[in-house]
Amino acid sequence: MTSVDLEVERETAPARSSAAGGLGRRLLRLLGLPVLLILGWWAFSVTSESFYVPTPPRVAQAFVETWFSQRLFDDALPSIARLLAGYALATLIGVGLGVPIGLSVRLRAAAEPVLEFFRAIPPPVLVPLIMLLAGIDNGMKILVIVSGCVWPILLNTVEGVRAIDEVLSDTCRMYKVRGGARLRHLVLRGASPQIMAGLRQALSIAIILMVISEMFASSSGLGFTIVLFQRGFAIPEMWSGILLLGLLGFGLSVLFRQVERRVLSWHWSHRA
Amino acid sequence: MTGSTPARTKVLYGLMGPACLLAVTEAVPRLGIVDRRFLPPASEILGALAAELRTATLWTALGETMRGWALGLAIAFCAAVAIGVVIDAVPGLRAASHSTVEFLRPIPSVALIPLATLLFGASLGSTLLLVIYASFWQVLIQVMYGVADVDTVADDTARSYGLSPWSRIRHVVWPTALPYIMTGLRLAAAVAFILAITAELVIGSPGLGLEIQTAQSSGAVATTYGLVVLAGFVGIVVNLAVRALERRVLAWHPSVRGEVAS
Repeated sequence: MTSVDLEVERETAPARSSAAGGLGRRLLRLLGLPVLLILGWWAFSVTSESFYVPTPPRVAQAFVETWFSQRLFDDALPSIARLLAGYALATLIGVGLGVPIGLSVRLRAAAEPVLEFFRAIPPPVLVPLIMLLAGIDNGMKILVIVSGCVWPILLNTVEGVRAIDEVLSDTCRMYKVRGGARLRHLVLRGASPQIMAGLRQALSIAIILMVISEMFASSSGLGFTIVLFQRGFAIPEMWSGILLLGLLGFGLSVLFRQVERRVLSWHWSHRA
Repeated sequence: MTGSTPARTKVLYGLMGPACLLAVTEAVPRLGIVDRRFLPPASEILGALAAELRTATLWTALGETMRGWALGLAIAFCAAVAIGVVIDAVPGLRAASHSTVEFLRPIPSVALIPLATLLFGASLGSTLLLVIYASFWQVLIQVMYGVADVDTVADDTARSYGLSPWSRIRHVVWPTALPYIMTGLRLAAAVAFILAITAELVIGSPGLGLEIQTAQSSGAVATTYGLVVLAGFVGIVVNLAVRALERRVLAWHPSVRGEVAS
């Protein structure tokens, strides 16, 4: 990614290289297209008679009015808390089960077909099933998130643990590195690039399931509120909810990239 | 793969896992650990699935799901490849579009569910909107990585031999990007299936998801479980099919050639 950016930099740099010009150009590059798109939307919403397309200022106003209020504490934050709780629990279960399965050849051979099957089930169809088993409270929503997120984490952990460098593994045995130290320094470390890849897949699934579990049966939460607006034809408020979910997805992915960079800072792909 | 373990033992273990799963789901409700109104025994689930498979409604629903999946995936794929190539071909466009792509990509497509409901209601259109939005980014990102990976020597050679822009795309850019594009297609196919089912489940577009939703709300528990199992199998078939396509399209590529040889 960075190498690509550098190449573009080189192409455009000789034109003018004063510091102010560079900053202006970078700002233009960063904001040019988004601003154009918003202006395009604005022009469209003003000219078209469509009821479903409010103007950007109207959406911004609805955003401030809707989300900088009690709703933030009643709907948005509990949703995010459930999301994080489910995600953390899925990580614990996924890594906790993935390490022993990855280390044992027989266990892996027995478990793999079952795991592949569970991964292939589209996670949202689990929502009606878990509603049957666990009712419609907070626990059910967290369980839904766990049940969808755990498979990519588990399977990637298994793969990562399986593919640990044999030379490293033998070296550890030679030096009698065992138990907790072996787990921490060899197994988890060696598998961490794969585990992070699984965690990244799981993050987008977690957001999907958070929204869907609230759309199904709930009286609070982001998903519920947005559907409520839509059913009441509160269009600008509905758009503001979509915008909030978008910002949430964007924010979590930025956060994830920071964590990933930190966790994998030792790995070749992240060394400068 | 496992080296010392003979292939037959591996198959044996492979069969043991599903067998254990079946035995546990059979035993748990029969022993009364979980109420069988909430988790019927495995034999009942599979029986209900078999009964469903004999009805025409199920096959129609499955057809609807797969139509939404295939159509949405095809549109997203073509759009993403075209836009990816254009972004690469126009100088400066990659840098200008970077922030927009990075912002739009992580937006969860389920956020569009209310919009889809308003615009299209419970119809194929809703399914398509969600499927296309979700799978478009998967392919686009891979296309953008792929076209950036073009060997400069190959590109310069093509230029000095006077190849037209179109034949440069056809003979230099496309073969380089193809492995990336196939990876994107594989990821997108799985995501598209999830979103097709989701649209049916939540919005109520016709298809397998709607059948599951109907079975659940009418209290046909065994049927609900049976349909979920079916959805899992369809998911596996989708994955295998795309993998087979990938291997076929990339048969000339070293990564696949090596796989076959070893």
